[in-house]
Amino acid sequence: MYLRKALLRIPLHSTLVFFGILWLVPTLGLLITSFRDPAAIAASGWWTVLPKLFSGGQFSLQNYVRVVLKEGFGRSFLNSLTISIPATFLSVFIASFAAFGFAWLRFSGRRFLFMIVVALMVIPLQMTFIPILPIYSKLGLAGTFPGIWLAHTAYGLPLTTYLVHNFVASIPKDLFDSAAIDGATPFTTFWRIVMPISLPAIASVFIFQFLWIWNDLLVALIYLGARPNVAPMTLKIANLVTNRGQDWELLTAAAFVSMALPLVVFFSLQRYFVRGILAGSVKG
Amino acid sequence: MFRVGRWRPWLFVGPALLLITFFLVYPTVVTIIRSFFGRGAQLFGPRVHYVGFANWKYVFTSPVMLTALRNNVLWVVLFTTCTVGIGLILAVMLDRVRYEKILKSVIFVPAAISMVGASIIWKFVYAFRPEGMPQIGILNAIVVALGGKPIGWLLQRPWINNICLIIVGIWIWTGFCMVILSAAYKNIPKQLLEAARIDGASEWQVFHRVVLPLLVPTIAVVGTTMVVTVLKIFDIVYVMTNGNFSTEVIANRMYKEMFNYFNYGRASAIAVVLLILIMPFMFLNIRRFTQQEGGR
Repeated sequence: MYLRKALLRIPLHSTLVFFGILWLVPTLGLLITSFRDPAAIAASGWWTVLPKLFSGGQFSLQNYVRVVLKEGFGRSFLNSLTISIPATFLSVFIASFAAFGFAWLRFSGRRFLFMIVVALMVIPLQMTFIPILPIYSKLGLAGTFPGIWLAHTAYGLPLTTYLVHNFVASIPKDLFDSAAIDGATPFTTFWRIVMPISLPAIASVFIFQFLWIWNDLLVALIYLGARPNVAPMTLKIANLVTNRGQDWELLTAAAFVSMALPLVVFFSLQRYFVRGILAGSVKG
Repeated sequence: MFRVGRWRPWLFVGPALLLITFFLVYPTVVTIIRSFFGRGAQLFGPRVHYVGFANWKYVFTSPVMLTALRNNVLWVVLFTTCTVGIGLILAVMLDRVRYEKILKSVIFVPAAISMVGASIIWKFVYAFRPEGMPQIGILNAIVVALGGKPIGWLLQRPWINNICLIIVGIWIWTGFCMVILSAAYKNIPKQLLEAARIDGASEWQVFHRVVLPLLVPTIAVVGTTMVVTVLKIFDIVYVMTNGNFSTEVIANRMYKEMFNYFNYGRASAIAVVLLILIMPFMFLNIRRFTQQEGGR
C-alpha cells in the first residue's frame, strides 16, 4: 500500500525536480563560470568542472577583483546604492503621507484624484521621457543623482501610494476616534498612530521599491545616459554586453556582483517581499 | 474620516500629486500631441512641424514596426500562458510535497534579480560557437552531445530566437505568479476538496471542477498583471539582441527612435501605441478599485 502510494507520486516528484533543475542550472552555470580562469572558460563548458569540483587550482577570485577594481564596477555598485536608497526613502515617505491623506482626510476631489493615481500605476514610462528630457537638460538635472532620484520617486509613487493606502485604509476607525478625542491633529495621528502600526506594511513596500530601482535599466538609460561616473550596475553591464559580449569572465562576475545585494535582501527578508507582492495583487 | 479644514489635506497629498502631475500627467499629454509633429527635440522649436498622421502611418506600416507589433503579440500570448500556467501547476503540485518551501524559493528568486542579470545568465545558456569548436553554452552542448549541429539560438529568425527571449521572461516571472496563486490556493478550505474526494471525484476533477473555478479571480488578476508587464518588455530584448534578427519589440523600437535616430515624433507615436494597448487595463484597475471602495 505504502509502496503503491509512493510509486504514484513519482510523476509529481519528477515534474517538480525537472522544474527545479530548469530554474537552477542557468544560474549555477553563471556562478561557476565567474570563478574560472578566462582561458578555461573559452576552452571548455562550465559543467566539465563538476566531477572535479573540489580539486584545487581551478577557481579564483581574479575575475571579481578585475571587475570591481579595474573595470569600474566597484564605482557603479556605489552608484546603484546612491541612486536606490534616497529614491526609495523619498518615494515611500511621500507615498505614506499621501496614502493617509487619501484614506482618512476629507477633501474635495479625493476619490477622483485617487482614481487617477490607480490608473497611473500601469502607465508606460515611455510616455514620459520625451517631454521631460529637454526640461531636465535645461535645468541641469540630466545625468545627475538628484535628477534620477526625482524621476524614480515620481514613477514609483502611484504603486507605493496604492500599496500603503491598502493597508492604512484597513486600520480600525476606533483608533483614530480616541486620538481625536485626546485632541490629536492629523499630523500627530499620522506620526504616532499610523506610522508605527503600518511599519511592517511600509517595510514591504520599501523592499519592493528598493529592488525595483536597483534592478532598473530603462530609467537610468534615459536620464543618466552615457555618463560612466553616475551609471548604476545594470547600465554598466548592458554596456559591457554591447562592447565586449564575448568576455564571459567579466560578464559573469559583473552580473553576480549586481545580483549579490538583491539576493541577500531576498533571502533575509523574503517574508516582507512576498507580503509586498501579495498586497499588490491579491487584495488589489 | 477626519474633517480638518480645507487646506490641511493638501499638505498630505500635495507633494505626491505635484510629482505625479509633473512626471506622469503632463508628459503624457505632451507626448500625445507630439506624436503629430516631426523629428527634433523641442516641441514648437524651429525644426519641428506638424506632420499630421505621418508618424502614425510609419507605426502601422513600416516593416520594423510591424515586426515589433507581431513580436509583442507573440510575447503576450506565450509569456502570459506559460507564466500563469506553470505558476498554477507549481502552486498546486508544491502543496503536496515536503520540500515545498525550498523549491518555491528556487523558482521565485529570479523575481528579485534584475532582468539585465537574468539576460546575462541566459545569454550564456544560449552561447553559440561554430561546429567543431567546444561549446560553452549548455544548450548547444546538449544538442551536440545528442548528435546535432550547434544552433544560433539568438540568431535563428524569427521563431527560435524570439521564443528563446520569451523563455527568459518566463523564467523570471513564473515564480511571481506561483507565489500569488499558491497563496490563493492555500486559502481554499481543505474540507471543500475533501468533500469532493469523498463523493468520488478524481484528483483531476477536483482540480478542474472545484479548485480552478475558485481560483479564477486570482488567475485574472495575475494574468492581467503579466499582460501589462509584457507589453512594456524592454530590458531582455535590449540586452540580448537589441532587436536585431527580427526580435524587435515596441518598447525597444521607441528607445531606438529616440536615442539612435533622434526622431522624437515617431518615438512619441510608438509610446502612444503602448499607452493605447495598456489603456483597457487602466480602466480595469479603476473598476476594481471603485468596487472595492464601494464596500468600505
